[in-house]
Amino acid sequence: MAQDRPTAAELLTAIADFLREEATPALDRSEPRLGFQMRVAVNSLAILEREVRLGPAADAREQARLVGLLGRDAPLDELNRELAHQLRSGERDETDAALMAHLEATISDKIAIANPKWR
Amino acid sequence: MSVHTSTETETVARVLGEATSRHFGGPATIDALSRQSGGASRQTWSFDAVVGGERHALILRRDPPAQGKTARERAVAIDRATEFRVLRAAHDAGVRAPEPLFELTPQDGLGEAYVMRRVGGIAIARKLLRDPPYEAARGKIAGQLGEILARIHATDPATLPHLPRREAADHIAELRRSLDALGQPQPVFELALTWLDRRKPAPLERPVLVHGDYRTGNYLVDETGVTTILDWELAHLGDPVEDLGWLCVKSWRFGAIDRPAGGFGSREELWAAYEQAGGGEVDPARAHWWEVFGTAHWGIICLNQAWKHLSGSIRSMEHASIGRRAVETEVDLLQLLKQGG
Repeated sequence: MAQDRPTAAELLTAIADFLREEATPALDRSEPRLGFQMRVAVNSLAILEREVRLGPAADAREQARLVGLLGRDAPLDELNRELAHQLRSGERDETDAALMAHLEATISDKIAIANPKWR
Repeated sequence: MSVHTSTETETVARVLGEATSRHFGGPATIDALSRQSGGASRQTWSFDAVVGGERHALILRRDPPAQGKTARERAVAIDRATEFRVLRAAHDAGVRAPEPLFELTPQDGLGEAYVMRRVGGIAIARKLLRDPPYEAARGKIAGQLGEILARIHATDPATLPHLPRREAADHIAELRRSLDALGQPQPVFELALTWLDRRKPAPLERPVLVHGDYRTGNYLVDETGVTTILDWELAHLGDPVEDLGWLCVKSWRFGAIDRPAGGFGSREELWAAYEQAGGGEVDPARAHWWEVFGTAHWGIICLNQAWKHLSGSIRSMEHASIGRRAVETEVDLLQLLKQGG
């Protein structure tokens, strides 16, 4: 059953905006150490907002690429485990263009959620 | 988070009063005692001791007795007594390191602890990179870091306490053990570690004192430039280029990404100053290898920090959130591997 609006992303944004614009300045005046912690919290809420919005499609794309790369279907974690194993043993490496395209795409989706400003 | 109760502060003040009186040979009054860093297990306290009318600016470094360190911290970090002896050797060799004064005894009851002189300056990268008072210093920092590092690496090994020897292969094995312990598959880190393993530099015949955490955030700067190098707990014997590579990891540029040497200069500027101050000739391929290693290392440290929270050894939102920074180094690793080597 769908929840009423706000969506999860909208609610997270509303909370982050309140904490950033109203709670943080008050904390900076009274408890600067907590002001710093609050910035960490606000930043984490922004990550969650992007994850709720972008995560499911990113996971689906990752899964589809892994199925193509490994030639079998399985849960995402299991496929990543197999890939990690191949990379540790050296069975695949950076000379594999399909592998590198997959990793580039996966990390591009991950950083778009965790820290889109990173470059 | 903080277990910084008034009782703890009172205890630390009383013990410091007794210990500094013993050291200076006269009754000492402790003034302006305050806890500096947030970590529960590795504490830094700042204080003044007034002895016979003279004021000494001091720092207490302390691991409280009851705090559990993670297995990884025990595996890689030296204890306080060893750190004290490393500081003594480096300081005596003319390195800009804090001057260690005396160790506390087990009877003092503060855990592993020692006292050193406090040096002026700040470590906060954001301020150093942007605030006006550091304008003139900014142009000098990369060169100074190269010079100081050459001196660290020139420390006579005979003056050092026993330190772990850690070569490229040991580092790679350690990071793989970390990934296994965390249990989540990490394809990009595995790719990078295999790349590193296949190209790892041969161990040196004569390993040197490696600082182990030589980066922006771990040294103090005033208007004249770098005043002192801090945070020696990861000191070990190994390849000097390890420190040069670690300093250039992108995560320590704090946005100044076009200045690889800690956010303050070029790699070439850093290497030239290092060589001119008597450090060995820097092989760019070796430096690149250690920069790739450092990037993977920091990423896996981020995962480990989150694990401290997830495993319940430290309950901390800050630690938990650092886990989400690991992907920054995955971005950097894919870029670095494209540059070859």
